[in-house]
Amino acid sequence: MADTLTQALPRGPKIKSKLSRDDLIMRGSMIVIALYLFVTLAFPLYAMLSKAFSTYTFDLTRYEFQVSDENGQFLTPPVTAAKLNEELGALSAGELATSSDGRLPATSFFPDFSFRSPVLYKIRGTTPDSRFLVGSTPHSGTEWVELDSNKFRRVVLRPVEDVGLANFASYFSTPALFSSIQNSLVIATISTVITVALAFGFAYALNRSCMRFKGLFRLIAMAPILVPSLLPGIALVYLFGNQGMLKELMMGESIYGPIGIVIGSVFFTFPHAFLIISTALAISDARLYEAAVSLRASRWRTFWTVTIPGARYGLISATFVVFNLVITDFGLPKVIGGQFNVLAVDIYKQVIGQQNFEMGAVVSVVLIVPAILAFAIDRLVQSKQVALLSARSVPYEPKPSPKADWLALGYCGLVATFIIGLLAVCQFAALVKFWPYDLSLSFNNYRFDIMDGGGWDSYFNSIELGLLTAVVGTCVIFFGAYLVEKSNGFRVGRGVFQLLAMLPMAIPGMVLGLAYIFFFNDPANPLHIIYATMAILVVCTVTHFYTVSHLTAVTALKQMDREFESVSASLKQPTMKLFSRVTVPVCLPAILDISIYLFVNAMTTVSAVVFLYSPTTTLASIAVLNMDDAGDIAPAAAMGMMIFYTNAAARILHQIASKGVLKRTQAWRTR
Amino acid sequence: MPQDSAPYLQISELWKSFGDFIALRDISLEVKDGEFICFLGPSGCGKTTLLRAIAGLDLQTSGKILQGGRDVSALPPSQRDFGIVFQSYALFPNLTVEKNIAFGLENTGRSKTEIAARVSELLDLVGLPEQRKKYPAQLSGGQQQRIALARAIATSPGLLLLDEPLSALDAKVRVRLRHEVKELQRKLGITTIMVTHDQEEALAMADRIVVMNHGVIEQVGTPTEVYREPETLFVADFIGEMNQVEAAIGADGSLLIGKRAFACHDHRFAEGQRVIGAIRPEDVIPHEIGYQPKAGDVNCLDVVLDEMEFLGSFWRSRLKSDAFGEAELIADFSINAVRRLSLAEKMTMTVELPAGRLMAFAPPDWNELRAEDRQGGGAVGNG
Repeated sequence: MADTLTQALPRGPKIKSKLSRDDLIMRGSMIVIALYLFVTLAFPLYAMLSKAFSTYTFDLTRYEFQVSDENGQFLTPPVTAAKLNEELGALSAGELATSSDGRLPATSFFPDFSFRSPVLYKIRGTTPDSRFLVGSTPHSGTEWVELDSNKFRRVVLRPVEDVGLANFASYFSTPALFSSIQNSLVIATISTVITVALAFGFAYALNRSCMRFKGLFRLIAMAPILVPSLLPGIALVYLFGNQGMLKELMMGESIYGPIGIVIGSVFFTFPHAFLIISTALAISDARLYEAAVSLRASRWRTFWTVTIPGARYGLISATFVVFNLVITDFGLPKVIGGQFNVLAVDIYKQVIGQQNFEMGAVVSVVLIVPAILAFAIDRLVQSKQVALLSARSVPYEPKPSPKADWLALGYCGLVATFIIGLLAVCQFAALVKFWPYDLSLSFNNYRFDIMDGGGWDSYFNSIELGLLTAVVGTCVIFFGAYLVEKSNGFRVGRGVFQLLAMLPMAIPGMVLGLAYIFFFNDPANPLHIIYATMAILVVCTVTHFYTVSHLTAVTALKQMDREFESVSASLKQPTMKLFSRVTVPVCLPAILDISIYLFVNAMTTVSAVVFLYSPTTTLASIAVLNMDDAGDIAPAAAMGMMIFYTNAAARILHQIASKGVLKRTQAWRTR
Repeated sequence: MPQDSAPYLQISELWKSFGDFIALRDISLEVKDGEFICFLGPSGCGKTTLLRAIAGLDLQTSGKILQGGRDVSALPPSQRDFGIVFQSYALFPNLTVEKNIAFGLENTGRSKTEIAARVSELLDLVGLPEQRKKYPAQLSGGQQQRIALARAIATSPGLLLLDEPLSALDAKVRVRLRHEVKELQRKLGITTIMVTHDQEEALAMADRIVVMNHGVIEQVGTPTEVYREPETLFVADFIGEMNQVEAAIGADGSLLIGKRAFACHDHRFAEGQRVIGAIRPEDVIPHEIGYQPKAGDVNCLDVVLDEMEFLGSFWRSRLKSDAFGEAELIADFSINAVRRLSLAEKMTMTVELPAGRLMAFAPPDWNELRAEDRQGGGAVGNG
């Protein structure tokens, strides 16, 4: 035995497995889905990054002019544009920086130019790649082009592209732009602290007291998920805006700005924080509390030494999730931000308002940094949260305590009033004829077809988007997760896939949408055909919400026995049969969860699709934004509430369907 | 069992490494048609790795596997010919018992009635004809195990692989199922390889046992062979119990323990070599008071019966002798012998260490042996 221990592995080639048909199908499918993720995520992001680092300037040394006298004789020597500009002082260096579409009229260098003059002009490049246009005809190269003055007035120079940090330099030298960084960070921090504190209290009351109506409060807490993030903004306008019911409460402060954004952010991020913290509090071990009681620790001490440490991962996770949601949100600050600039809105303003795509890309890069940081810390914390609850733990059962229970009920009542209140204000405003002068009720505000925003078509487009996203997304995401989890070997491929699947969570919607413009709106891209169709909205939405769905699928798949695939292979059955007969039925609850998640988010999302909709594919959530922008606030509220009711109905349907399906397919769960 | 034909399964020079860690070293093994083989060893010895290599679930790094004369070394599991039962059984939870068993029969050209008939036959075979409509979760662990077995043999594979199939069951059920599985295997005549860390299971079920440690095969033999004639100290120690004492080889191949020379079992050591002397506790023969050893009998020894412990079917006794110094000799005396010889604690008596049962082994690397998990057996006595 001693001699065998020192013996090393024999040299020579390692045995390579012959691949079965199943292996080939699995790998092939995985490559297809990975390619999908490359095309819908990695390539667009790359296009955006390269945009942020491309600069465009007019290089005047590249052009030479020669001007004739009145008789058409070229007597003066040729002169470069740079020289002319130097003599004239026509354009500063800053004015020579431009965007990819920049055009500089050649006549800028000839102050006494007149298109009726008989003078002739000659222009040529000094390098082969100097480009200029005559009218819309592109020219390049060092050939002289002779033009009369009428044609010469239509000569424009084209910029040269370069790679560099100039865009960032100009971003950081524009205080109006980079002050948004501070604004965004401050808003996100304040909103996070308030939301996490409120949500912790709410979750604590529901998990650790014997108060009544727990189910109802749980439902109310989740309601904000069903509406676009800009809806609370509209409600706040009605409550505290210039003609608000409770304007006096603001004591002279304006709701348009940080105050409005914070209140709205607390509203729309509350369910996310509540869900995470509630899960953390639910898995507590009663034995720790019994130990604390037996050690005669005070309730206060027990709270700080048992409850908080037990929930700490949940609290940290909630903190970063909320921070990320607030800092990347676009709809709410757009509606109620007023003059208070934040990063996500800056992207929109740069792109839609000023058509400055490079600067939009720069702001996107700036916004990605905190988003990725928050995301990375959250993932790190989640990976640390290993089985706090061992198999032997005893779940904590709260004991009735009249005083504490009434206190809990009161607190939850207050929070619920805030949530229901904002929704009710929206509904009320939508039904009122003319706020605040004629408070009689009517359905006038539901006549969307006479307003901006695409009318009822938008609403039905949104439903179509929701359904398509749910169906396509669930198939792609669940199948992708299955391939990654259950295929053999192919380590590198699976690693790349996992990374791609986690990436969307870290990418703000605005950034994704802008990246899609850069990638899909490039005429050289064969995928250009899906631009401005429903397809690109579906693809974008699936990608935007990929990560959470992927994680749900992976969690469900991890609970399946690792050896199912081995058994199936030993029985010589195709893996796809196992997938359809066993994996899908067993994971059906998770699959249904993924589809409702995708539907609800597709209905409410604004940020990514705001860059991508076309006149034929307007969406309800975008309509809310555009109607609000046009001053039709009541119809905006009405449309927002339509989204709410649709999502609520979808949830109820999902619940009923789940129960029915579970009854039929999950009979094996009951003993 | 056919006697002379070519082996059904032939493994030659198999190696498996995970990065720097070598899990299997130069494994060569032949399994005859219809044989029941057990891979036995402590956890981490490579027995499951070897089984998974045979199944094609984790491919070996190098080496060859022939099954029924066919080279299957690089084939994926679906192109090999085996049925497998895992420790977890891996029954499909959403399919009924009959659908689980029928899973491998579908798409094989069998008609529905043929499949139904085969399922009934298998359910009868494993003794669960009543359970066909139930879901796995509604069955006990032992029943699930039998369904998994039925599913694995449904397509009549040439080779049955069992990966610790009984270890998830409670002790009583385990003992009963041992017999049932063995019975079934004999009835079907299917070549079977079972992985286990339970020596009793291996001794009771296997035709031959392959004892493994640190990725190498220590010994291959019938249960009696590996128990009675262990080839290495590891085998002796892992299966059953063994007194061990540092010793040396004396003149004429005798075993020197302390100052005394004993006659011992045949060995391959040279005079003067340091070895470990070993004897099983049940092989120590007690003699009545006043027993006079025959002339020239060097294997009898006067000892003090230091301590006795009643373990049900026998008395475990700790014996001390001047010859051994501090070391204790452990002997298991039958209840009969204790009564007949009126053995009691603290008395002086004569015991015999029969020459045929006293063995010499190469000393292991002690540090290594201490560090590892020694399940099942255990060194008794001096180390």
